[in-house]
Amino acid sequence: MEIVKKVRDGDVRTVSRLIRRLEDQIPEAKDTIKKIFPHTGRAHVIGFTGSPGAGKSTIIDAMIAEFRKRDKTVGVLLVDPSSPFTGGAILGDRIRMQRHSLDPGVFVRSLATRGALGGLSKAVGDAIHILDAMGKDYVIVETVGTGQQEVEIINHAHTVIVVMIPGMGDEIQAIKAGILEIADVFVINKADRDGAGKLYRELMYMLNMANGFPGGWRPPIVRAENMFDAESFGRSLEELTNAINEHYQNLVDQDLLGDRVKRKTMIELNEALHSAILDPVLTALVESGEMDSMADKLLKKETDPYTLAEKVAKQYLSES
Amino acid sequence: MAKRKLRIMVAKPGLDGHDRGARVLARCFRDAGYETIYTGCHQTPEEIAAAAVQEDVDCLGLSCMSGAHRYLFPATVEKLRELGADDIQVIGGGIIPDADYQVLYDAGLKGVFVPGITLDDIIKWINENIVPNMKD
Amino acid sequence: MYFAKELLDKSSKMRQQWEDEVKKSVAKHADLKEDWSTVSSLPINRLYGPEDIKDMNFEEDIAYPGQFPYIRGNQVSGYRGRHWTYRMFSGFGTARDTNTRWHELLAAGQTGLSTAFDFPTLMGYDSDDPKARGECGKCGVAIDTLEDFLVLVDGIPMDKITTSMTINPPATILWAMYCAAAEIKGVPLDRIGGTIQNDMLKEFIAQKTLMCPPEPSVKLISDTVEFGTKHVPRWNTISISGYHIREAGSTAVQELAFTLRDGMEYVEDVMKRKGLDIDEFAPRLSFFFNSHIDFFETIAMMRAARRIWAKAMRDRYNAKDERSWWMRFHTQTAGCSLTAQQPFNNVVRTAIEALAAVLGGTQSLHTNSLDEVWCLPTDFAVQIALRTQQVIAEETGVINTIDPLAGSYFVEALTNEMEEQAWDYVHKIDDMGGMVGAIDKGFPQMELADAAYTFQQQIDSAEKIMVGVNKYVIDEKAEIPLLDIEDRIEKEQIARLNEVKRKRDGKAAKKSLDDIKNACKTGENVMPHCIEAVKNLCSVQEICDVYREVYGVFRDPAMY
Repeated sequence: MEIVKKVRDGDVRTVSRLIRRLEDQIPEAKDTIKKIFPHTGRAHVIGFTGSPGAGKSTIIDAMIAEFRKRDKTVGVLLVDPSSPFTGGAILGDRIRMQRHSLDPGVFVRSLATRGALGGLSKAVGDAIHILDAMGKDYVIVETVGTGQQEVEIINHAHTVIVVMIPGMGDEIQAIKAGILEIADVFVINKADRDGAGKLYRELMYMLNMANGFPGGWRPPIVRAENMFDAESFGRSLEELTNAINEHYQNLVDQDLLGDRVKRKTMIELNEALHSAILDPVLTALVESGEMDSMADKLLKKETDPYTLAEKVAKQYLSES
Repeated sequence: MAKRKLRIMVAKPGLDGHDRGARVLARCFRDAGYETIYTGCHQTPEEIAAAAVQEDVDCLGLSCMSGAHRYLFPATVEKLRELGADDIQVIGGGIIPDADYQVLYDAGLKGVFVPGITLDDIIKWINENIVPNMKD
Repeated sequence: MYFAKELLDKSSKMRQQWEDEVKKSVAKHADLKEDWSTVSSLPINRLYGPEDIKDMNFEEDIAYPGQFPYIRGNQVSGYRGRHWTYRMFSGFGTARDTNTRWHELLAAGQTGLSTAFDFPTLMGYDSDDPKARGECGKCGVAIDTLEDFLVLVDGIPMDKITTSMTINPPATILWAMYCAAAEIKGVPLDRIGGTIQNDMLKEFIAQKTLMCPPEPSVKLISDTVEFGTKHVPRWNTISISGYHIREAGSTAVQELAFTLRDGMEYVEDVMKRKGLDIDEFAPRLSFFFNSHIDFFETIAMMRAARRIWAKAMRDRYNAKDERSWWMRFHTQTAGCSLTAQQPFNNVVRTAIEALAAVLGGTQSLHTNSLDEVWCLPTDFAVQIALRTQQVIAEETGVINTIDPLAGSYFVEALTNEMEEQAWDYVHKIDDMGGMVGAIDKGFPQMELADAAYTFQQQIDSAEKIMVGVNKYVIDEKAEIPLLDIEDRIEKEQIARLNEVKRKRDGKAAKKSLDDIKNACKTGENVMPHCIEAVKNLCSVQEICDVYREVYGVFRDPAMY
């Protein structure tokens, strides 16, 4: 199929348009994904998460440069929140990595969450596959950074990086948020600021308290200082990139790669089932007006949601 | 199938850093329901065109206050053409004397907007003239 | 207590009477609108009386011209002794084009020069750099080397006229060119006077002509302050600017607060980094404000600025010399208040804004031309703008007396309120680690973005009016002649630059660049080396590239 070939050849327009069609949930796009799927599984997927203002984009920009220095190609997905009121979004993370826009080895695409929770959008999972099939060695996904809703990234990434900065109240926040449980590598950005030492110690303390690590991988803490000091910042990025590669190697060595991939596969399968089974039902209910009349009944307290759902389930399940 | 969202990019080509208008527009477009990619200032026409293609935008808005629009806007349109992306519609605004509008239209811009226009008017124009790119 | 108790009691009763009548009147005839606030949305009362300024202390808060806190002016003789300087910002095309316009302006009665550079020069690029394509000479004069600069100042008596240069990241270089040009013309450095804008903090906040990161940018600024203090005593090495902050969308209070806090940041840096005593350099700090369309808000802001700065210098930084307590400022009328629609109305706007600046006590003034919403001004438009200042000075009588609005219940109350709000911002920024810390956190940038968006919405909804834009709109287009900068200028400039590079002593040029690089690395003052370098015909970009190499390039994270 021509589109698949173009994707595998790395045609930028085709790839970006395909992602667009996925975002807009065009049914034909799903067909294309089906054909692309067998060509995926090669790329190392890296998730970047952390509070807004932590400097994820700046780190990613430097990381792209580091990968390119090592002659590797990179695909980047930048996710920003859609306004719950207007449905629009300002996708501005790209600003920080515009210097790579003319590099054919780098593909950067911004996506809006479009109402999805969990820090990502529905299309991101498929977009990762596309960039993978495009031949990118690494696929970086930057999430919205809303703290407690960040965890979805673990379903898509092999390696999850959590970026923090001192003085944002991160210290306490992160411990509560559960983000720390998903981190494979920690980055303390702006580590030359006040409070960096404290943050480092708190993270170390927490890691020391842990009851063992999956695959024996204890998340390293990389400190990135003044981004304008090219030398020292460059060294931190080298350290970070090495840690990322080492983590992937660890997954391979400990035979955990399969687990991660299976986790993503299960999520995808679930979502696909959801799509295939539930979405058409919901659409039918809305179109026939039955959704409205059910809502009406609920408002009048004539029945409860569970009873209604069971009725619908019986009706549709028995029909198939 | 979800409603198609308009993707629009706001960019400042050239050396001019006066971005008040560009940033106001970015917010305005978000409030109008568009997905807006804002690429900041100090971008070359090549960088903007490459980004527009990667982002698959339907419309590219260029802002320039330094008088260099006569070169920069057509150069950007040309770069889009070279990348096979002439279905991306380009509009522009800033400090632009009306004697220059025709030059810009001839170069391929679809709309030129002058200070004093309301945000509503811009949204209205976009809703009427820009269609999300549909083809595969 | 500013007023006697007896008077206040009486006034209170009379005021109550008036308020009761107002209620009745409004019940019959509603006010024309509900919101009565300044263009910055600062709410204004229907009336001000003695009660509104009863807590003022005459000695400490108002006093007299030439007396702390200088709210009524620094100079005891006011404008009778000296008009403000008519200083029209100008520059376009080649150095020769601008030099011609400068001589015309001087002949028309302008008393000081002000230089507008083109974008490549402002950003530290030469006319032949790919980034400069299409920009050469368009919004200011193109200067690549000292040869261009000598043409720019050809025939200008540098010992008699002061020159302001609006230049920021490459300020050291353009100032070095001015100094070198003076030496070549036989004018000693201690005789030249002028200003370089040289205020990087506001670039990070608002204008975005950016090159190096904040910390080294501030270092270069401190170098100029030190050099000026020691060798060029009549030069104002920083023009701490609020104009651009306002143009980028801030409110008047934000302009006031951020500008003054920027000033404080520079003061602290110079003292810390250079070990200078504050009185050695503070008298040469100058400011630059925006005169916007809201008449009284502008006046109050300027008066508040003088008082805040005097207090900061004396009480916060322990300056002892009264000249350190003075705030001296240049003003420009607000570009963002002008409209593209019915452009002749802009003459009226500029006139009112100019009047506000004069009543605010500005030391020098630039008035915008009616066509600047479209492009650079024609001779015709510039003349009107200059004449506006001259009419105010010669015909209106407002300069017969000093600070005529002092004692006005309204103006004093508004000045007090703006000062109070400004101090709040100053302390907030202190808590963020100073202005560099606040910029890093994005605080002033976001304040501006919010204010700009709010204002646009207010205009779109006609909550705030711009005549010709959302009220009294007409369909026809005004046919006004517009200035066209020809594209050929770019080619000419590039040819000139190539010629200079060809015939100069390449070895000497390279050595000067290396000297600058070493100075940057060791923290030595770059200025002497810059002067040497420009004399050896190094170009603006060649020197800026050295800065970029040593200090790094700053990329704007763009807060929206």
